Amino acid sequence: MSKGSVLGPFVSLKYLFEKPRTVAYPYQRREISPRYRGFHKNDLEKCIGCGNCADICPCDAIEMVKLPGIEADPKRGSTDERPQINYGRCTYCGLCVDVCPTGSLSLSQDFIHNDVTPESFVAVPRDEKAAPELFDADTDDFTASLIHRRKSDAGYKSELAFTFAHLDGHAKEMEVVPPEERVRSFVEMVRGFTREQAIAEASRCFECQVCEEACPAHMNIADYIRDIWAEDYHQAARDIYKTNPLPEVCGRVCTHNCEKACAMSHRGDPVSIRWLKRYAMDQIPLADYEKALGTPIVKPTGKKVAIVGAGPSGLAAAYYLTLMGYKVTVFEEKEKPGGMMRYGIPEYRLPYPALDKDIAYIEKVGVEIRCNTRVGKDITLDELHRDYDAVFVGIGLQRGRSTRIPGTDHSNVFQAITLLRAITRGEEITVTDKIVVIGGGNVAMDISRSLARLQMNKYGKVDVTVTCLETEEIMPADPEEIAEAREEGIRIIPGRSPVRIEIADDEIVGVHTVCCVSVFDDQHRFNPQVDEADKLFIPGTMVVEAIGQSADDSLLPDELKQQLEFAGRRVKVNEYYQSSIPWLFFGGDFVKGPDVITGIATGHQAARGIDGYLNRPAEE
Amino acid sequence: MSNRLNLFFGPQHAGVSGNFNITVTLEGETIVGARIHLGFLHRGFEKMLENVGFLQGFPFVCRINVMDPDHNEQIYAMAIEELAGIEVPPRAHYIRTLVLEMARLSTHLLWLNGMAGAMGFYTVNHWAMLARDEILELFSLISGARVYHIYILPGGVRRDLPDGFAAKMTAFLDDFEQTLHDFDVALFNNRVFRKRTDGVGVITQEEALRDGMTGANLRATGLARDVRREEPYAAYADLDFEIPTRIEGDSYARAMVIREEMHQSVRIIRQVLDKLPDGPAWNRTPNPFKWNIPPGEAYVRVESGRGELGGYAVTDGSNRIRRMNYRGPSLPHGLVVLPRILVGMTVPDIAHMVSSLNISVPEIDR
Repeated sequence: MSKGSVLGPFVSLKYLFEKPRTVAYPYQRREISPRYRGFHKNDLEKCIGCGNCADICPCDAIEMVKLPGIEADPKRGSTDERPQINYGRCTYCGLCVDVCPTGSLSLSQDFIHNDVTPESFVAVPRDEKAAPELFDADTDDFTASLIHRRKSDAGYKSELAFTFAHLDGHAKEMEVVPPEERVRSFVEMVRGFTREQAIAEASRCFECQVCEEACPAHMNIADYIRDIWAEDYHQAARDIYKTNPLPEVCGRVCTHNCEKACAMSHRGDPVSIRWLKRYAMDQIPLADYEKALGTPIVKPTGKKVAIVGAGPSGLAAAYYLTLMGYKVTVFEEKEKPGGMMRYGIPEYRLPYPALDKDIAYIEKVGVEIRCNTRVGKDITLDELHRDYDAVFVGIGLQRGRSTRIPGTDHSNVFQAITLLRAITRGEEITVTDKIVVIGGGNVAMDISRSLARLQMNKYGKVDVTVTCLETEEIMPADPEEIAEAREEGIRIIPGRSPVRIEIADDEIVGVHTVCCVSVFDDQHRFNPQVDEADKLFIPGTMVVEAIGQSADDSLLPDELKQQLEFAGRRVKVNEYYQSSIPWLFFGGDFVKGPDVITGIATGHQAARGIDGYLNRPAEE
Repeated sequence: MSNRLNLFFGPQHAGVSGNFNITVTLEGETIVGARIHLGFLHRGFEKMLENVGFLQGFPFVCRINVMDPDHNEQIYAMAIEELAGIEVPPRAHYIRTLVLEMARLSTHLLWLNGMAGAMGFYTVNHWAMLARDEILELFSLISGARVYHIYILPGGVRRDLPDGFAAKMTAFLDDFEQTLHDFDVALFNNRVFRKRTDGVGVITQEEALRDGMTGANLRATGLARDVRREEPYAAYADLDFEIPTRIEGDSYARAMVIREEMHQSVRIIRQVLDKLPDGPAWNRTPNPFKWNIPPGEAYVRVESGRGELGGYAVTDGSNRIRRMNYRGPSLPHGLVVLPRILVGMTVPDIAHMVSSLNISVPEIDR
């Protein structure tokens, strides 16, 4: 082997006349990678402040801070906090960007910051839109810094496509009974998750908790989803019962505001929170409830509370008041407790055993429910005031509203709420083979789908037409309800205003309608405008009105009514649902809503209020 | 009475890469004893890994070896994949191979920088740094960062290769092969370099095996041992490459093995670019906030730029790693071999030997 030459180093001479390959900074600019992981940028409007970035940060460099001008918007799932980065800790790993559900957070190509003040190394990332003064067109990469950024410096960003995102945007599909099968009976249409599906679905949750703000009852959603993921159903039940004593009901029919706010919906499907709750509660038989929830330690206060109406708000108030040590009696007009959950919501959405299970546990903790007792008739409110320390009224909206168009006095024109009640009771209903339903809300969908089932049994075919003022985009019914109704063969003609019911030989022939151009005026007040020239006749031999309900407040004696303050049509209540008469509390659809979860939330809050009113400091 | 002198070499010294201290005992010019002192660079990464989620460990593991970060990411990803049963798509295996070979090139170039610098060959020193910098820019294109890439994640790689990357990589390799030739002429075949390295710091194969040496240091004693061949990971099983060996076991042999490995890395990268399969580059791993790995333990190993890098991982069913132990190849090289072979040498050889054994202090003192 050769010993080598000493002349080797002279090979470098050949580079003498070549162009230098090093970058002559700052006269020459280094080209920075389009994926560069430099300082953060954040679209403050797109950002929902979920805090995922702060949670994933391995260096605790991110803190969620309140910013002036940023308001919380729970319905959109947005909080009033936004991330702030401490560049003394940041490692520029970019995990915060990878888990950002909205994709608002990104990194830039800028990475140099020199300053004598340590505070300047802590910054709330913004983008050109939010802070035009920060992003200067004249700044170049030589002068750029945290407090003087340069325009168009986009670097590493979140992949909104699912390929490289650490979020699974696809919800596990829920199995439902096919339309042709379910329209034949009142069998529950949603089959529920299997164990594998439930765990997979629960594992999609990031625990950012924006859903909990959106929930009227502020349920501990992240907690119970984590329990379901860990298959600890008893703990899930404990977390659920903290704020909701009707989980079997809510797991089926809740309006799921939580899912509308879910951060995951920015990347695809929201987490199926409602079905997960149902799954968790379905895993625990009623006999195990006491074991799961623990025997409540109740110190009797010796005081008594009367509750009028065994609907969601009344039952929730009764449950929490009982746990606080009050002797609670619920007065219910009908033969069974449940209110609208039993007599309004059809069985195919909420089977009665599920409702009975929830109510059975509420009775088990010591709530007394007196059915067939109408306050105002069988017992007066004054008597309740005399015998009890406080009274909670959750009577809901029991009266159907009428369109009052000519022909509504015909005997084959019904109120949806009356029919739904009759169906629950198993009463015989004379269903014709051609039905027109007026209304575009969930009650209209409930009654038309119930009638479709009755028609199918009687005539072997479905002929129900739903018509409403609203166009399909603004129909108040849930989009999935509308889609499912259509699957079951129900015709929906939105954007029509009924004019009169055509009657020939004492029989209904159909409904005359005209086109409804707009429902609300500029101030968003209900003020329908119609186009008289655009006429449509909808044939049918039976008409059902489902355009809304009103309260039946006949239980309130006149002298009491005069003492009560009203806000518009509703009774004025404070934040604890206490009316201007201190011993009288109101809740449920009567004051807020209408839906089950709002009813539960008002009942729970009123329970805290009653507890406070009865000389005990309110808990929490 | 003694005419011995204790000389403190490091932790801050131009000739030592990383912060450790060698206390050498001199009798005249000759070293009669050496002790290694660690702890100047201890960051507690293994402990930190126990306190963060699996995904959040990646910004830490790459920092275990500043010069060769990707192999540390690879080993952590492999451990998690084995324990959690995660499949890696073929394209990701190839991209990982590409990245790991780029990392090998860059760490070898940094070795060349130090080795040439320790001998006063400052031209080669700068050429090596420039070539390494070009690799770092290519890394930046792929991962968005020059040094700490955090690019290899469980399930594959974090992003697919950017458009036009293959052309840029090929242009670099074409150029680099010319540079390798220049290295040969200016350094490896230079008589001055030969004089300084031939027969210096000889380690026999028996000693090497006894002391747990791996990598180029072991291969320079005539043993063709390489994890890429023995237990292929990533896409190495599909690729054609040689394992260069020498028999002399001295400083020159070690240098020539590393030099030849650079050539092999170029070959491997060219093959990867040719054969790169289509398909996904990442299989989605579980939600990082809801990720428990069943109890288990795994030992995984890769051939890093300095030798066998091992990782022993234990999980306990929770969302944290119970224990992660790194076996850095520099540990025996730096703590066992270096103090032994320094005996009998002179002071100018200390920096030479630290470079020759290619010791990475952050890897020992993690």
